[in-house]
Amino acid sequence: MKRNALLMLSFILMVAALYLIFIYVPTESKMGVVQRIFYLMVPMGWIAMLAFIVTATGSILYLTKKSDKWDALAHSSCEVGVVFTTLALVTGSIWAKPVWGVWWDWGTPRLTSTLILWFIYLAYFLARNLATEEYRGATFAAVVAIIGLADIPIIILATTLWQGLHPPPLIFQEGGLDPKMRFTVLMSVIAFTVLYIVLLRFRISLRQSEAELGTLKELDE
Amino acid sequence: MKFWSKVITIAWKDALSEMRTKETISAVLVFTLLVIVIFNFAFGANQEVMTVVAPGILWTTFVFAGVLSLNRAFIPEKEQGCLEGLMACPVNREVIYTGKVMSNLFFMLIVESIALPIFAFLFNLPVLSPQIIVIAVVTTIGFVTVGTLFSALAVNTKAREMVLPILFLPIVIPILIGAVKASELTLAGQSWNDLALWLQIIVAFNVIFLVVSLLIFDSVIAE
Repeated sequence: MKRNALLMLSFILMVAALYLIFIYVPTESKMGVVQRIFYLMVPMGWIAMLAFIVTATGSILYLTKKSDKWDALAHSSCEVGVVFTTLALVTGSIWAKPVWGVWWDWGTPRLTSTLILWFIYLAYFLARNLATEEYRGATFAAVVAIIGLADIPIIILATTLWQGLHPPPLIFQEGGLDPKMRFTVLMSVIAFTVLYIVLLRFRISLRQSEAELGTLKELDE
Repeated sequence: MKFWSKVITIAWKDALSEMRTKETISAVLVFTLLVIVIFNFAFGANQEVMTVVAPGILWTTFVFAGVLSLNRAFIPEKEQGCLEGLMACPVNREVIYTGKVMSNLFFMLIVESIALPIFAFLFNLPVLSPQIIVIAVVTTIGFVTVGTLFSALAVNTKAREMVLPILFLPIVIPILIGAVKASELTLAGQSWNDLALWLQIIVAFNVIFLVVSLLIFDSVIAE
């Protein structure tokens, strides 16, 4: 029941966010209608980051407490996160093409560090799937997540300085953003965060079902 | 003090076995030279182009050499059943990790100390400056800190040699950026002050990963 309520909330918020993005918010004067992708890309980038932090937190708890529920949280969050990271990269490129004239600009620290984050996500699955035993896979994946989390601030710092830029301020501090735009991006972030929680819960319960099925199969044999 | 004598014993064991077989260092060294030669053909032997791309070539070569050499850190141990022996040693896991880091660092530095003069000789570039040597040492410390941890992890996976680069490379990107940038500045004749920022990033990376690796190494090799 609770999950359905959350699903409904996510649906309503997402529809509201889409309304704000496509109808309510004024079109940006320089970039035109393409700029509306910003309201989707920013929340996706945020979920990419949030999901990884949840994964790493779950991993730390798994390594210290050795309870499977933490691994379930970390693993599920990572799967949801990799989808959003991919989407953030794709939408980022779609935005970059008309605005900068190229699909990819190595000079954009956010884009570059998101790509590296994506590789770390992949390393997480690789470590899990290629381990010789299943319980080891969970531990190995946790190690990758923890190392990855420690690496993210340095990656962001290095890719930013690499361009000779100073770390850019957060969106919410940028003076130039119109209040309507700020409201829209904020609503979109909230809608995507709720969607992330919904997907995460689905994935965790799916994993529980998988585990139950596995136990039943073993009993059958 | 006791800690370090144990660490040195483990590192010495590796050094001794390497001195007797010379397997890793010789293979990695030949590989390093080959990569340098291949890059020469890939970018053309134009001196002007070389000055621009040299830092990139240098560090790509060392990263690849690092992957190759770090892969050998635990595979022979596993194959010869020595890993169980190490685990059964009455020492903390931190001692095993630090010992392994020391021996890997030692091997990598030997390879680099031979490769750097050859690089300077072949490309006619002043890479034998104190700046480049300091950059090489701190960056290599970063490589082996993360690499030793992942090497111990990779040895317990199905695809061993293939796993290490995929785990290792994304993580070391920040220090790779730092090393390339600092080397670029050095070759452009900048002073130590201009390098300080990049060296700080590399050192910060090393400290963070040394601490994190020491904390989680136990879960990587625990049976």
